[in-house]
Amino acid sequence: MAWFRRSKENIVSQGKKETPDGLWTKCGGCGEIIHRRQLEQNLFTCAKCSFHFRVGSREYLNLLLDDGSFSEMDKKLHSTDPLGFVDTKKYSDRLKETMKKTGLTDAVRTGTGKIDKQPVVVACMDFAFIGGSMGSVVGEKIARAINKAMKTRHPLIIVSSSGGARMMEAALSLMQLAKTSAKLAQLSDAGVPYISIMTDPTTGGVTASYAMLGDVNIAEPGALIGFAGPRVIKQTIGKDLPKGFQRAEFLLEKGFLDMVVHRKEMKETVSKLLSLLAH
Amino acid sequence: MAKTILEFEKPIIELEQKIEEMRKYSDNLDIAEEITTLENKVNQLRESIFANLSRWQRVQLARHPERPYTLDYVHHMLTDFVEMHGDRRFGDDKAVVGGFGRLDGRTIMLIGQQKGRDTKSNLYRNFGMPNPEGYRKALRLMELAAKFNKPVVTLLDTPGAYPGIEAEERGQAEAIARNLFEMSHLPVPIVVVIIGEGASGGALGIGVGDRILMFENAWYSVIAPESCSSILWRSWDFKEQAAEALKLTAPDLVDQGIVDRIVPEPPGGAHRNHEQAASILKKILVEELDTLRKIKPDKLVKTRIEKFAAMGAWKE
Repeated sequence: MAWFRRSKENIVSQGKKETPDGLWTKCGGCGEIIHRRQLEQNLFTCAKCSFHFRVGSREYLNLLLDDGSFSEMDKKLHSTDPLGFVDTKKYSDRLKETMKKTGLTDAVRTGTGKIDKQPVVVACMDFAFIGGSMGSVVGEKIARAINKAMKTRHPLIIVSSSGGARMMEAALSLMQLAKTSAKLAQLSDAGVPYISIMTDPTTGGVTASYAMLGDVNIAEPGALIGFAGPRVIKQTIGKDLPKGFQRAEFLLEKGFLDMVVHRKEMKETVSKLLSLLAH
Repeated sequence: MAKTILEFEKPIIELEQKIEEMRKYSDNLDIAEEITTLENKVNQLRESIFANLSRWQRVQLARHPERPYTLDYVHHMLTDFVEMHGDRRFGDDKAVVGGFGRLDGRTIMLIGQQKGRDTKSNLYRNFGMPNPEGYRKALRLMELAAKFNKPVVTLLDTPGAYPGIEAEERGQAEAIARNLFEMSHLPVPIVVVIIGEGASGGALGIGVGDRILMFENAWYSVIAPESCSSILWRSWDFKEQAAEALKLTAPDLVDQGIVDRIVPEPPGGAHRNHEQAASILKKILVEELDTLRKIKPDKLVKTRIEKFAAMGAWKE
């Protein structure tokens, strides 16, 4: 008997098996294929190259806050499409679709929670909601979070990820830059700490307001952070942009960040800062 | 420099030229009556055209190359103006000008974005697009004003903050954010006037104040109509629609609770008469500053922050 002859039944294909959606993810940094469970264990970073995946507010609040400590505020606040904005689509339809798709009411979630038992007020943005854009609702929720921080005197933490101000609310969106910055000036005058955490990407109006105004500015490795988007700059100057331009490490080098912190060390770092400021 | 005439201005200008020609001969001929009739006609025509301007047409007026710029208002409104330079950190941004001067005899700090009128001066002024040092110069001057208890007037007129490599390296976003933050609690009156183009964060970077005024044919929004068109319509061809959708004119912004007061322009737009535009603004500024000067700094700051905190529209 030939050694290569099958002694058992052939492996029979049982029809095409569906891979559960999102079970395996390709790393955006090194191309490594990573299993969902491993990704979660690594707080959505690549174990091989440290690439930081974009995550939603749910995941981020989980990794930052003590288990079960988050209590959401102003959950029902939502946009009214104040200008009746229509481009290729109605803004009101866009909102409805995005709400349905993401299960969120707008691009930020705010609330109170604890970091190693230290109470904080927290706001965390969702890039999945119209590019994490800031319109009236984001501005108002941040303003209310600041009010809460002033009232309780608990430190404020804002986790940003945003493409900038929301075009569909035009000048009203622009005014949210002034609104949030004005409220932060008030918070600062009251002597309550504010820690800004910038994740990929933080650009435009969010960078030009609260993201850059932290008493401590922290960013995740590799996060794109800037005012103008790289495409716009490239168009304006007609040249390729240098490698690493507008990345977190670049901003650290230029003096606009206090530190670049790996997501796995984020909670510990923030906790240490909070403790230093409190005692 | 060749006169720029916008498409919708043409019938007005043509009629005006006709009147002008007739005047030349009016010494010899008795055509005074005819001239008066034509003058009435041109006034009516101007009124009807300007009463029905589309939003895009107003954007064009705001960008009119003969429109008065910051230094024109300085020239016509202020006496003893002393321009000051530099941010004391990096350099002097020519797209932002500022200094002390007298408005109706009283010292103010005036800061504004400055465009150029021809290629050479536009290159010098970087087309009115500030770099971070421009915002930092503005802030330095505002803090100087506060130190000597002088009110601040800012004039907004920019196609945007400059999107360049160096601008990003020097922290364009931080410079703007810092200004918003510091202007919010500056303990002296601030009056903001949008005189031409109010393009997004670049304009707002010197735009937080107690009173927000806006010229009749200026625009103010989160993005220029062309860029909005290119992003949302994925084509540059929808600028008119984008301008409509953005609701970026002075009356729109009053409706949105952002602008407090519209500054009327001379007949045919501010570019037709710089002196008159400046004198209208001067009168309004004197009035506004008189009111604001009476308010105590604490109350002023508190009211200013509350004013901006109230902006926006949402439902619960």
